[in-house]
Amino acid sequence: MSEHTPQISVRDLTMAYGSNVVMRDLNFDIERGEIFAIIGGSGCGKSTLLRHMIGLKEPAKGDILYEGESFNASSSKQREALMRRFGVLYQSSALWSSLTLAENIAMPLEEHTKLTKDTIADIVSYKLSLVGLAGFQEYYPSEISGGMKKRAALARAMALDPEILFFDEPSAGLDPVTSKRLDELIVQISESMKTTVILVTHELPSLLSIATNSIFLDVSTKTQAAVGDPKELKEHCKIPQVREFLNRGQDVEAPSHSLSS
Amino acid sequence: MTQESTKPVSPTLELRPSGEDSFVLIAKGTWTINQQRPSLKETLSDVDDLPAGSSLTIDTTKSQRYDSSLTSLLLRVARTAADKDLKLDYKTDTDSGIAKLIDLALSVPLSKDDGHHETENDFFSRVGEATIELYDNLLDSVTFIGEAIFSMIRFATGRARFRSTDLWLTIQNCGAEALPIVTLISFLIGTILAFVGKAQLDAFGASIYVADLVAIAMVREMGCVMTGIIMSGRTGAAFAAQIGSMKVTQEVDALRTFGFNPFDYLVLPRMIALIVMMPLLTIYANLVGIVGGLLVSWASGIQPLAYINETISVLNLTQLSLGVIKSVFFGIVIAGAGCLRGLQSGNSSSAVGTAATRAVVTSITMIIVIDSFFAVVFTIFDI
Repeated sequence: MSEHTPQISVRDLTMAYGSNVVMRDLNFDIERGEIFAIIGGSGCGKSTLLRHMIGLKEPAKGDILYEGESFNASSSKQREALMRRFGVLYQSSALWSSLTLAENIAMPLEEHTKLTKDTIADIVSYKLSLVGLAGFQEYYPSEISGGMKKRAALARAMALDPEILFFDEPSAGLDPVTSKRLDELIVQISESMKTTVILVTHELPSLLSIATNSIFLDVSTKTQAAVGDPKELKEHCKIPQVREFLNRGQDVEAPSHSLSS
Repeated sequence: MTQESTKPVSPTLELRPSGEDSFVLIAKGTWTINQQRPSLKETLSDVDDLPAGSSLTIDTTKSQRYDSSLTSLLLRVARTAADKDLKLDYKTDTDSGIAKLIDLALSVPLSKDDGHHETENDFFSRVGEATIELYDNLLDSVTFIGEAIFSMIRFATGRARFRSTDLWLTIQNCGAEALPIVTLISFLIGTILAFVGKAQLDAFGASIYVADLVAIAMVREMGCVMTGIIMSGRTGAAFAAQIGSMKVTQEVDALRTFGFNPFDYLVLPRMIALIVMMPLLTIYANLVGIVGGLLVSWASGIQPLAYINETISVLNLTQLSLGVIKSVFFGIVIAGAGCLRGLQSGNSSSAVGTAATRAVVTSITMIIVIDSFFAVVFTIFDI
């Protein structure tokens, strides 16, 4: 074994709301540049896992390590520095409603960089163009459609060129064409900037086409059922629920040779 | 299900034996939700009483049309059948839709957790729960006050980061835009005081002292308390609703992950705005109230100049400052309650409504409590 530390490792993570345990003993690694999907049935705690990874919720037990450094045990200063390397796209877009799109994207830049106003305006315009919203700088979030909000929120998530991008159901509520475009964008970002992408999704086509690794959370046992490339899991996973999920509920024959999960 | 759309026939349900240990449940007529359903208690209890292990056939061939009115009923029968190990069979005309619908409904078992978590409802557990809630609430409030103090220190030392436009917008919103309602209310309070006071003072032939009464009452109590109550309803509730809905849409989370302190960004500008604007609004309210009193007195024969002279002679700087000092505290309480309730809000639209209500209740209660506290202190120091 080489002395290799994965970018993110989750160790024995147990998540709970009060005394109500959501998932227990999660263990998985995420390497730099991966597109990692968190999948599982509704209500199994996918978004909760995401909230743990971005530090909005404290684990009941266990730890999340970023490059070997414990996230939960770190001081608030270190934590802030680490969180600056994240970009998050929330399920409800979460654009700041009192600000225009341009201000939404500019705000993190103004806070964390010493760039001049002109440079910031250039970056804002570039990010908006990337998501297909060129020229929408002066719109308020309430004036654009849900799909556009999602894309604007993606532009904001990318504002600081984060090393790790988190997506909470990016394509929920988008039409197939826009959703495809979003997938391409995610792959592009991941390839060109070596950004690690972690996404929670239900969208099978996008999941199978873009994700390079995944974890399947099983709501019935409250543990992780499988970790691996979803394309492989779809065919060869030895756990029937996982195959059923990835094959859209179709029962599939048990594979001849099972992959260990 | 037959499609002959004849006149609707009232639906009937009948249970018949059809052999040894086998029964048939026959549905006849039109089973639609527009049609009155017959009372089925007896038939259903008959189904309940069927011997375990017998077979039951559901026959819908004689019913003309059906919708959920029939399927919902049959689902109940099917659940009973499953409980009692009856062999269930369907006899339908052309399609097997009804059987499929019921199979679909039965495919996921009944949840054992019916959502109503058992709560003890006796006196002691309710007292206990209320105590725990009170404790949590107290803890939240103390944490909030602590964070507010830290935030203020950061502001004072120039390290707090928030958008200055937010501050100016809030100041505009809870200052200039509140003027009309403050004007109306304080003017009316002034006139009411004058009317009531004059009626009493006339009896002693001391009408001119109406000026003293209005001035003292406005400046010491009514000006700041009424402004506080107006601002609680107007601005405190708005703060709670704004911050609460920002929580619902995850905007507060977004602030946090982008490295902004939500406290500095959301609470601080609102607090500063009210701390600055409450005294100004109070001074304005005092003035408008005195003008209201003056107009009423003038209408009943007191010369305005005499009234003004009397007012000036009774007021001094100490008197004038009392209400203004209190208003600063009222401002802190209104902004604090609004922001605290907003940050405590749950993640649903009804929770935002509750947050706004609680903000108003908290701040009005606190205003009265602080006011009575000051009344005691001022009495002790003989001010």
